[in-house]
Amino acid sequence: MATRPRYIRPLDFKAGRIDMSHGAGGRASAQLIEELFMPAFANEWLAQGHDGATFAPPPELAQGGQLVMATDAHVVSPIFFPGGDLGCLSVHGTINDVAMSGARPLYLSASFIIEEGYPLSDLRRLVQSMAQASHEAGVPIITGDTKVVEQGKGDGVFISTTGVGVTYPGLRIDGRQAQPGDVVFVSGTLGDHGVAVLSQRESLAFETTICSDTAALHTLVADLVAAAGPGLHVLRDPTRGGLATTLNEIAQQSGCGIHIDERALPVAPEVEAACELLGLDPLYVANEGKLIAICAPQAAARVQEALLAHPLGRGAQRIGEVVADAQCFVQMRTRFGGTRMVDWLTGEQLPRIC
Amino acid sequence: MKYVDEFRDGDIARQIAARIHAEARADRVYRFMEFCGGHTHALSRYGVTELLPPQVQMIHGPGCPVCVLPIGRIDLAIELALHRGAIVCTYGDTMRVPASQGLSLIKAKARGGDIRMVYSAADALKLAQATPDREVVFFAIGFETTTPPTALVVQQADRLGVQNFSVLCCHVLTPAAVTHILAAPDAQRDGRVELDGFVGPAHVSIVIGSQPYVPFAEGWHQPVVIAGFEPLDVMQAILMLIRQVNEGRAEVENEFTRAVTPHGNLAAQRLMDEVFEVRDSFEWRGLGEVPHSALKLRERYAAFDAERRFDLHYQPVPDHKACECGAILRGVKRPTDCKLFGTVCTPDNPMGSCMVSSEGACSAEYAYGHARRIPIHAA
Repeated sequence: MATRPRYIRPLDFKAGRIDMSHGAGGRASAQLIEELFMPAFANEWLAQGHDGATFAPPPELAQGGQLVMATDAHVVSPIFFPGGDLGCLSVHGTINDVAMSGARPLYLSASFIIEEGYPLSDLRRLVQSMAQASHEAGVPIITGDTKVVEQGKGDGVFISTTGVGVTYPGLRIDGRQAQPGDVVFVSGTLGDHGVAVLSQRESLAFETTICSDTAALHTLVADLVAAAGPGLHVLRDPTRGGLATTLNEIAQQSGCGIHIDERALPVAPEVEAACELLGLDPLYVANEGKLIAICAPQAAARVQEALLAHPLGRGAQRIGEVVADAQCFVQMRTRFGGTRMVDWLTGEQLPRIC
Repeated sequence: MKYVDEFRDGDIARQIAARIHAEARADRVYRFMEFCGGHTHALSRYGVTELLPPQVQMIHGPGCPVCVLPIGRIDLAIELALHRGAIVCTYGDTMRVPASQGLSLIKAKARGGDIRMVYSAADALKLAQATPDREVVFFAIGFETTTPPTALVVQQADRLGVQNFSVLCCHVLTPAAVTHILAAPDAQRDGRVELDGFVGPAHVSIVIGSQPYVPFAEGWHQPVVIAGFEPLDVMQAILMLIRQVNEGRAEVENEFTRAVTPHGNLAAQRLMDEVFEVRDSFEWRGLGEVPHSALKLRERYAAFDAERRFDLHYQPVPDHKACECGAILRGVKRPTDCKLFGTVCTPDNPMGSCMVSSEGACSAEYAYGHARRIPIHAA
């Protein structure tokens, strides 16, 4: 009988599941890389086939730019949610972390921890979603790793990504740069991601049209840098803990206080309604495609213009200002006419019951 | 948002505030207790207190379901999860209430207890049906607001013949707590709070109606105004209370007419009565043993009573010595009177129950008010 040398039956992306051999480093691991990851992420650095990827220094280095590295582990549940999934989230999240340092993202790495028994079809969906996100952003995934853990020791898939970027020469974007008098902008509606994910939780499923805002913000950052230059002081994406927590971080780092106006905060009516129902505060709900920009008052008009001109900044609002305050408090003028503290998020935001 | 924004309108708030300033007499003090944590939360979150004249003082009451839960009750739930192999389901706020030995449900979960946060009692029953090989216990807390849903799932479980579901019932009764505060049996020891009226519960009153408060008006000569949880509701109720005091009246008035009727939700009351009976006595955090103040499952539903099913025995556990939650829940002290407030006791690391829920007096004070209390020194 004729045998076909070196024949390997292709992966079954319909009914197949991940098993321990896919993480053992042998033939099955190689097959997973060859049939899934390589074609999806295809780029010249990955094609080098080494343990690591070698890349040329970016031109900004010669002009005084500095290298930036950021890493982020992604563990969202459920893995697929309205408006996105763990795959594109893991790409956007790290690109945004690099971009918020005032840098142009260059390359990503990705590592997967996959639970034994995870459907190959779902894994392929995730990888394709990552590949699309990386392709659209123009930031290639140039190296990676896969491990498999026994059933019950992971929650489907965890994806960690690391990004490398280079800062825009001559610019210092940093939480410590906020100064009294600076103007605070947010690039769009708050809480969309958190509410979209919550709406799909098993224990809580409710019908909504809210989609996650997950997006890569680096092109918006590039526009802001071009518009405001050194007038741009702080960039931050209000992910976990929401706007409130991020503003408190900035206040702490800069040694200033921040005053915001509740009336100016952009919140979609559906998100506001869902938060009202669940006893959550949109100020503390996660975003994955929004940024906070803090700039000198002289640059405010240009920042606002650049925000509104970009598709991801269309809903931008000027929400407040940085003030001198040795206590570093974030305070909000309420719609009701009073002022209140906006404190750090405590623990996990838990719904109220009564 | 419709039906919400109307009750948070700043201009109307200032108009009501102007009336309050005009009508509150300068030569006396008005001390009103808002019974519910929902009102406490609204007062702090919207800065209502700032809009009141100094002679109108709001005293936080014990109506925060999580706050009044004594340590011993949380210990029972932890016992079920850690040592009896049960899945314990509960409402989110309950997860962080401190229990014995530095534990809380959230910490017990980290030690391997299977503890799940649910949004409704029905989810706990669903979980029991989905995991027939595990015991599922719903840790049921709250006032009359959350009691009817618990009664409903017990009846459902009974009808469906679900064998692995039970309820650790810690439902408490509002009128009994109000009576206890007014009677203040331990006034000698702990001091008694002088009150000029009550802002009556919102959601509780939807279920029980406004009638049960009549004895407080007639017997104790306390004005009561039932109010919704929106800031304008609370302000309007305060104005109505001031008018009652000024005119020497003590009546039950209803500001929350869009939801509360004199007799309440009769179907819900019937349901509660079918499933539950009143306990002889129940320990409240802060108030101590309060007679006839809580519910347990009737004999007919004994199979669904976690206390009987697992042969649990309640052990009272004293609060932290310096914790003033007790006095705060009775309205005798304010959060800032407590030595632990904002120092060792913070929302991140609560020592007492009032620091846990956003409806708790300490937590509300900390989250929204502490900026105004901490003196600012020049750097």
